[in-house]
Amino acid sequence: MSRQLGDSHRRFLQTMMAIGITNEQEAKALYQHCCETHKTPCVTDKLDEFIEAINSRLQPMFMQIRKGMSEENGLQYYALVNMAETDITRMTSDYTENELELFRKTIDLIVSSENGKASSTDILNSTDTMTSKKMKKSETEHLLTRLVQDKWLCERRGEYTLSTRCIIEMEPYIRAMFQDQVKVCHICHNIAFQCQICENPSCGIKIHNPCVARYFKGRVEPRCPACEDFWPHEIPEVRRLHSQSKK
Amino acid sequence: MNTLLDVAIRCAAMTQRKRLSNTQSSSQSKRQSNSFMTQEEDEDATFTQPSTSQVQRGLEKLTPAQVDQKTAEVVQYILVKDQKKIPVRRADLVKHVVKDYRAIYPEIIKRATRIFEQVFGLKLVEIDPKNHMYILVNNLDTPVPRASPVECPSNPKMGLLFVILGVIFMKGGVVRENLIWNILKKLRVDPGQKHEEFGDVRKTVTDEFVRQRYLEYVRIPHTEPVEYEFRWGQRADMEVSKAQILVFMGQIHEQDPRSWSQQYREAHASSTPSSTPSSSQASSSNHR
Repeated sequence: MSRQLGDSHRRFLQTMMAIGITNEQEAKALYQHCCETHKTPCVTDKLDEFIEAINSRLQPMFMQIRKGMSEENGLQYYALVNMAETDITRMTSDYTENELELFRKTIDLIVSSENGKASSTDILNSTDTMTSKKMKKSETEHLLTRLVQDKWLCERRGEYTLSTRCIIEMEPYIRAMFQDQVKVCHICHNIAFQCQICENPSCGIKIHNPCVARYFKGRVEPRCPACEDFWPHEIPEVRRLHSQSKK
Repeated sequence: MNTLLDVAIRCAAMTQRKRLSNTQSSSQSKRQSNSFMTQEEDEDATFTQPSTSQVQRGLEKLTPAQVDQKTAEVVQYILVKDQKKIPVRRADLVKHVVKDYRAIYPEIIKRATRIFEQVFGLKLVEIDPKNHMYILVNNLDTPVPRASPVECPSNPKMGLLFVILGVIFMKGGVVRENLIWNILKKLRVDPGQKHEEFGDVRKTVTDEFVRQRYLEYVRIPHTEPVEYEFRWGQRADMEVSKAQILVFMGQIHEQDPRSWSQQYREAHASSTPSSTPSSSQASSSNHR
């Protein structure tokens, strides 16, 4: 159902277009700011409906403001994503063919990994098997820097993970391309990269690190929600709300 | 950061967005063609604007869904190009997106314009009626300047731009480049050196701002060594309020803006963007 929009919606959308992704707290503040600027009533807790109205008008352009969880801090984020293609061709205006091939290979490495990370060494090595124009080491490093800058990848200590924005936007592509391999969180049912796995060989369910923190919070003896075996991994702390990391 | 630039940046953040009160200001524009508009005319000559009856006939052959789909593609294309602040050439639009829907081109543009206004609060403007180039300009009103809780990435360079636009405006619309460089040097923004915030200042001013149509950088004939002059660019004309530039100048010189009577008159002339309420869609669409 297509809805009428006001200037507050438009300002919100313009800001989302400029920043790409924002966390829930900032999204709420932005919503309030947009309503106040254009003198429309702002109803707290109606942010999702506000966004829904915008989405109903964005849908014909295959654009959406979608919500997703950061695997780093467990916070909810809103990202403006392109739904037009299920492939990576959405990035074609910014990256060359061989750059995209390397990005695909990086995603492959991350999906196949246990910890949802790919080391820069592994990524560099994967250039050996490229079918399009091969990339030199310096080019690969430069590309990885750009991918981080453009908020597709995150880097820490030489290891690369998919950014929250990337996961939100690429989820359909990743699910389609890696049907059998891709991990799904048992708690929230979204795709999972940085997660813990049940050690029971006949169980093996996966749970996002932040979902683990929330699910097992306060439990003396953590047990797998599927097979009830003892959950042996370290239970992370639930991250505080004011964590402002942008992913 | 220098205090003057701080003021400029705050002022720029307030008035960066301006609303167009009329659609076809470009037809009054008597701009000289820029140095980078080259052979586009040749390609564009292959596309002639269809007549109303041609459009009607074209529409009859297509389903509403097909027309909507093509319109959506045009909107996406323009958004991507505009993100990089590159004007969209009609020839490219027809060649890469519209393609065999060219018979209904005016209808597609009309619908795309409506989508830009209703969904994005943007105005699709033809800045060059001769070479048929479009840009997107912000259509949203800013009745009361207030800081946004979310920091938009574009602001720092806007402050620099604002200072330059201010100088040009106060000097009657055109200044020799040396004046700009001297003023920037006084603000400790040296065009010869890499600036912490703006990087290569000379490149930002003479290349980036010019490509984005915020400034014009034109060679002064018969100068030896070669000298250039600066003017406001088409995008600046549409997005930046001269009235606010005057307010900003007033703050710097601690004068009432009205003391510059000529500029004040120019800034508040009817064709300049002013803070009138925005279009009907906004005020009547309060659907809560």
